[in-house]
Formats: sequence, structure tokens, C-alpha cells
Amino acid sequence: MLRVFDLTVVVDGRVILDDINLEINPGETHVLFGPNGSGKSTLLGTLVGFDRYKVVKGQIYFKGEDITHLPVYERARRGLGLLFQRPPTIRGLSMRDMIRICSRGRDDIEGLAARLNLERFLDREVNHGFSGGELKRSELLQLLAQDPDLILLDEPESGVDIENIALIGRTINRLLQRDLADTENHRPLKQKREERHKAGLVITHTGHILNYVNADVGHVLFEGRLSCRGNPWELFTCIQKLGYGECIRCVV
Amino acid sequence: MTKKNHLTPDRFKGEAPKHPYVEALETLDLLDQDRMLQTGVVIRDIDRVGTFLQMDHSVVHCSVAQEGLEVLSTEEAAERYDWLNEYRWKMLPRDLDEFTAYAREHTRHGYFIRALPGAKATYPLQACLYIAHDGIAQCVHNIVIVEEGAELNVITGCLSAGEVRTGLHVGISEFYIKKNAKLTFTMIHNWAPEMHVYPRGAMVVEEGGLFLQNFVCMHPVKRLQMNPAIYLAGPGAVVRSNTILVSTPGSWMDVGSRVYLQAPETRAEVVARTITTGGEVINRGRLIGEVPGVRAHLECHGLLLTPRGLIHAIPELEARAEGAEISHEAAVGKIAPEEIEYLMARGLNEDEAKATIVRGFLNVKMAGLPAELQAQIDQAVRQSQESVL
Repeated sequence: MLRVFDLTVVVDGRVILDDINLEINPGETHVLFGPNGSGKSTLLGTLVGFDRYKVVKGQIYFKGEDITHLPVYERARRGLGLLFQRPPTIRGLSMRDMIRICSRGRDDIEGLAARLNLERFLDREVNHGFSGGELKRSELLQLLAQDPDLILLDEPESGVDIENIALIGRTINRLLQRDLADTENHRPLKQKREERHKAGLVITHTGHILNYVNADVGHVLFEGRLSCRGNPWELFTCIQKLGYGECIRCVV
Repeated sequence: MTKKNHLTPDRFKGEAPKHPYVEALETLDLLDQDRMLQTGVVIRDIDRVGTFLQMDHSVVHCSVAQEGLEVLSTEEAAERYDWLNEYRWKMLPRDLDEFTAYAREHTRHGYFIRALPGAKATYPLQACLYIAHDGIAQCVHNIVIVEEGAELNVITGCLSAGEVRTGLHVGISEFYIKKNAKLTFTMIHNWAPEMHVYPRGAMVVEEGGLFLQNFVCMHPVKRLQMNPAIYLAGPGAVVRSNTILVSTPGSWMDVGSRVYLQAPETRAEVVARTITTGGEVINRGRLIGEVPGVRAHLECHGLLLTPRGLIHAIPELEARAEGAEISHEAAVGKIAPEEIEYLMARGLNEDEAKATIVRGFLNVKMAGLPAELQAQIDQAVRQSQESVL
């Protein structure tokens, strides 16, 4: 699904990502740990193609195609979706119209909104005056409509209260085809798992989301380098115990 | 600023050929009809309760179809009513500036619209001030009186004919919204690139009265300058004002409103959204709280769509009494790149993203507008936006 080779990214003349290599296969969900300022959001922003991140070395392949220099919307149309950590407000644009933009006119907007308890928000301006949890639900609603194949989630649990986190976890699982309890069809779970092709990359600072979303692989990004790869829970437990100070030993 | 483009009234022709009176607007020249339609004036006046149409210096049509409403030329009203002088030149000083002084001497007609006490207009009334000949100076005096408990909705289209290149329009307007009366007043301007336009207005709102004012100008104009004064004179009087301006290259617009909150419990909300695609905009707003217990809010937002152009927002707040709650919100800049990227991440290309943001920016829900009129303004926004991007 995604292959990143030797990726080096510069922002305002400073190297933020250094020689990143990453591969995410169809059906896999990866988690990215790392302290503040380690370059996690830069990595997601570079994958999506934001202007301020300059790729000075390396390539990004998505579904076998080199997308390193494609504009943001071309990547979105090819199936790359991002949950923004701090999405902007778009004044004068209704959520309903925004969902229509995301779905390119396909979906049942009311039905999607109902899944996230956002029916009452459809006529409000995009993200205007939304609380932390409402912002995340708004993002997830947009992604449900967009239906991407690789979903990049930038701190999906930040600013979310206890009541909403389960809903957010469920929705992410649905996006990632990991809602195994789904009774809509009766194929064996094993078969569903094997047929799963949606992939994800989740940034988490608190690790909280791991209680709701199963991840296959964990990575640690430290000072712009992917310093570690392993079982997500194992990595997270280690970080909780020892902090990121332990990572210095691997990067130096 | 840009004094070089400032032309004195004597540079324009005082006289214009007469236009004949028409009974039905459908008999007007089709090109004129088309321009009017683009400016909010409907030709088959089924959705209007009355129409006033002035071309150059001639009243071409004047009709009203509801009991309790009056539509006349101001000159005719002066002949009919001795008391008109209690309303004419009452709030505006004649020597306000050279244009007002010129209008004092050269006024020809303008509309007089009145709703008798308790009368409620079923549909909007429309007034159209049309410049049909190139290079003329059109000066009008408009008086609107909404008597106690009456309700009126006036849509004004001010425009010039397709072949007109230059000219001067000075509109003196004095509006009276009496006790518990309501006036919705929407003005749409559609001029030519070399037109000079100087509306001069003063409005008074008495106890419990409501004044909803909407102003839309999205077409080129050489100079447009206006800064009407709105007096909230009676307790509980309310004004809500919305302005949408698009300034194209070569246009200079200096537009604002002043609101004087003179009585307890008065409220004002003044919102302006301005866009430049290369022209200059000065967006003023001034709220003056004269007594305690008033509330007012001013919002000036400007968007620069090209590296050229200028938006100068001048919000002014003046509290002259303790306990006056007056606030403002002003922001001027180009489209935020984060907003463009956000929409692009959802699949829109850059131009589509910008267009969506601009459409949203101009999507001001004008309170109290009939759906049909809001639709018309939305339509104007779409048209102007298409020509902009």
C-alpha cells in the first residue's frame, strides 16, 4: 500500500525527517510513537503532500505509484486520507456541503452523520465552535465519506472526553475494516481479516487509542529518525516505563 | 487617498433626454430589462407589491398595489404633502460635502415610500435608479417612512445601462422607522467601471423599531463612497447591517456605517465582508454608545485574492457611557493556506478549494430576508465569484 524510501524532509531550511524507510501493507495498521517535535506530524503531512514540507531526498510510493511530487488533491483522489489534529474552521461552508465534497456526491450524508451523532451539526459551519471531541468526530465523518484506502490519523484521541473515545475508536475500526463484531454479513472473521485491505498509520502521544484500535506494527520516531520497530504494546509499555530517553541509545 | 480620481460634480452633464412613462415594465428595452434583472429588479412585478423606476431624471414607472402603502416621486410627495419638509433635509446637513451641496441644487426626484400605521407589506417594494445616458449626473432624494407598527421590505437596484461608461450618482436618503415598525432595506449596486457614486444616508429608528440593512456591490465602479448614519433613538431599537463588497482592479470603495446608540436597550450588529481582486477597499464601521445598557458588535472581514489590491479596515468603537457593551472583530488577509490544504486533502484541487472558501466567506445570511431575495443575492455572489476566479 505505502512504501517510503530514504525520505528526507526539510522545513524552513531545517532537516525534520532524516532518511525514513517505512512499508505498510494492505490490511495493516501501524502506530507511530514519538516525543513532541520528533517529526510525527511532519511525516503525515509529507505523505499527504503539504507544501511546507520539502522532500529533498527519497520517494513515496502509494499503491505502486510514485506520488512524491503529486499535489495534495491527487493523493486524496487516489485514496489517501488524513485525520487532522487541529483542523481549521471554514466559515460559511456547511458540514453538509463539506461531506458532499469528501464523498464526491455519493453517500447518504444523514446516515453517516447519525453514526457519529453529528446530525445536528450538518447545517453548522465546518468546525466552527466545535469542542475537541466534536472536531475529531467531524474529521471522522469526513473520512467516512471520503472512504480512503490508507488512513493517516494524527492524534485521534487528543482532546476527546471519555464518553466519545469509544465512539471514535469504533469509527476508526470501521474505517480500517476492523469492526469485526459487524453482523451485516456472516463470513467467518478469519476470512474478513484476510480480505481486509484498508491500511492505517496512527500517531499517538498517549497510547490511549491502543485500547480501542488494534495495531499490527509500532514505530518510534525520534529526532526525525525511525529508531525502532516492533510490537505496538511492547513499545508502548517500554516508553511508559522508561520514557523516550531510552531511544537516545538507539539513535546515537 | 487616490485624489487623482476624484471628479467634482461639474465635470458631469446636468441634463439628460427625457424618458417616456411606461405602464408595464415589459415594454422597456430588453437590454435595460436584462441589466435590471441582474440587479434585483424584477420586471413582471408579481412578487413585488410596488415599483418605482427612475431613468436619468425621469420617473418612468411608479405603482403600488396594496392599501396602506404609498410610492411616489419625492417631488410629487412634496406637492401632495405640506409636512414633507419635516422629513426632507432633516437629518443630513446640506453642506456635508460638495456632492451633498450639489445634490441640494440639482436633485431630480428619487423615491418616496411610506407605509401607513400598522400596514404590513405582503411582498417587497422595489425601487430602481437607472442611469441610461453616459456622462450624466443623477441626483435623487429618497425618503422612506415606516409609520408606527408598519412593516416594509424595500429592494433597491442602482445601476447604469450597459453602454454607460461614466457618470455621477448622488443619492440622498432619509429613512424613518417609527415606533415598533420594521424596515428591511436591501440595496444592490451594479455600475460601470468609470462611475462615481456617492450615496448619502441617515436613518432613525424609534422605540422598538427594527432596521435590517443589506448592501451588495460586486461590480466595477470608479469611486463608491458612503458612510450612512443610523440613529437608534428609541428604547429597544435594533439595527442589523450586512455589507458585501467585491472590488475589482480599478475600483475604489470607501464604505461603512455609523451607528449611534442613543437609547437604553438598543442593539446594533454591523457585518461587512469585503473582497478585492485588485481594487481598493476602505471598510469603515463606527459604533457610538451614548447611554448605558446598549449592546453593539462590529465585524469587518476582508480577503485579498490577488497580490495587488488593498483592504483597509477601520473599525471604531466609542463608548460615551458606562455599561455600553461594544465590541468588534476585524481580520484582513489572504486565504489561509491551511484552509486550502484542508479542502485539498478532501479531494478538491486548488482552484476549487479557493472558490469554496470565497463562496463561504461571502455566504452571509442576511437576517430577515425573504428566501427569494436571499437566493437572488446568493446568485449574485456565485456570478461575481465565477468572474473573479
